Amino acid sequence: MSARIRTVGVAGCGTMGAGIAIVAARAGFRTLIYDSRDDAIVRARKQTEGFLAKSVERGKLAQAAVADILSNLQGSTDIGTMADCDIVIEAVFEDLVVKHGLFSRLNEVCPPHTIFASNTSTLSITEIAAGSQRDDRFVGMHFCLPAQLMKLVEMSPGIKTSDAIFQTAWGFCKAMGQVPVKTLDSPGFILNYFLVPFNNDAIRLVEAGVAAPAEIDRAVKSGLGYPMGPLELLDLVGLDTHLLVAEALYAATHEPRAAVPALVKRMIAAGHLGRKTGQGFYAYQGNAMFGG
Amino acid sequence: MKYQIIRAGESRSFPQPHPFIDQASERAEIVVILGAHAGDALQKLPDRKTGAAILVELGMENLGVHAGERRAEEGSNVLGFARFRLGTADPTNLVELVRQPRTDEAALSAARGIFEAAGLQVAVCGDFTGRILDRLVRPYYNAALRRLDEGLASADDLDATLRLGLGYPEGPIQLLERTGLAHHCEIAEALFEAYGDAAYAPARRARVARSSRKRG
Repeated sequence: MSARIRTVGVAGCGTMGAGIAIVAARAGFRTLIYDSRDDAIVRARKQTEGFLAKSVERGKLAQAAVADILSNLQGSTDIGTMADCDIVIEAVFEDLVVKHGLFSRLNEVCPPHTIFASNTSTLSITEIAAGSQRDDRFVGMHFCLPAQLMKLVEMSPGIKTSDAIFQTAWGFCKAMGQVPVKTLDSPGFILNYFLVPFNNDAIRLVEAGVAAPAEIDRAVKSGLGYPMGPLELLDLVGLDTHLLVAEALYAATHEPRAAVPALVKRMIAAGHLGRKTGQGFYAYQGNAMFGG
Repeated sequence: MKYQIIRAGESRSFPQPHPFIDQASERAEIVVILGAHAGDALQKLPDRKTGAAILVELGMENLGVHAGERRAEEGSNVLGFARFRLGTADPTNLVELVRQPRTDEAALSAARGIFEAAGLQVAVCGDFTGRILDRLVRPYYNAALRRLDEGLASADDLDATLRLGLGYPEGPIQLLERTGLAHHCEIAEALFEAYGDAAYAPARRARVARSSRKRG
């Protein structure tokens, strides 16, 4: 049975799924997107066209390449289209029941050789694989947001993933131009495991009156050379999103640093979610940020 | 505003020539005390109350050790500072400027001004052990060392993930190898003693590095 990947499926075309589809199509793979919602597919197409146009404008992509990339991409609300795929990457809501439901249907539709991959950032690959009926052909492939700009992919084998399938998926990841790293199937993998508690610790500094958000962010950027301070990053991500991810990590690990500080829930209750509501650790008017 | 420098031992913040040193005057309204014995030198200053500000270089100790404390109402024209530095690496461009609850605001502003005039970035914080950055990074470095032991990923993959995924200039394992695991152990231990929080307790690899260094 050939392990060569020619056709890529992406199930779920929210922001993440659309980005993953761009990565695959841009690398020359025939890429089929599935989503149950027609408006999601339309939005993903627009997002793709917009991204490619900007890439041309910035000199990162030749205009002539755009048509080829777009011709590689097809979207459908018919899950039956996934039958053509050699690998299907799932990027749906972070809920085990939802993912099991999707993979169960994909298992019925896809031929036996199709590899399944999950873009989960918080759930266990082994546990998701257990609902797929092909856990030996199941891998974790966690892309960073936005996938079309960030090269890193955290790849994790589940307990039953075969070495050969993992190597095939690894090679595919590199063929897409991404940089895979191998991690255990462990809560948060690498990125979120370190980032979420670090951000919680920064919030605790604010909560304890050690320093103001602007001082903390300045310290981190100047003293550590990070591109963004943790509090401005949290405002960008949204405190509601941070709460979800942190609670998932804490539930899986029970590590104290993963527990969200009380200040977060108070800020959410006050509507201070960050950029999306105009107020987080900083105040925002249009694109301008105040409090820095 | 002009400032004069008093040297009191070796300075971790300014171990080499720097515009901040070059721009100092013979006599000035602001007094900057550099060195490991800056606190002792402060006690010997003839008149601490006059002058725009007195800046005391700190190690891991609190400013309150030298400036005094009184029921969270302490504060004067005396501030603490330290240029953030990891182990044996060069000091960074960041000065953590330590204030007390009722530190004189004009003194704070003057202190910030003289550092910024020399091209340094300033972050103001309260008088807490570890200030801002050591409190933030030491638990993260400990976690990285522990997860390396636990086989989460190889050292190269751990470092690559933090660099590529978050834009950090360097991954934690490479950074600690470059700047000194033993030094990390010492700082982490001081924080653990101050706060009693297990997150600060030095990771195994850091303790091994310090013990190996002691053995020579």
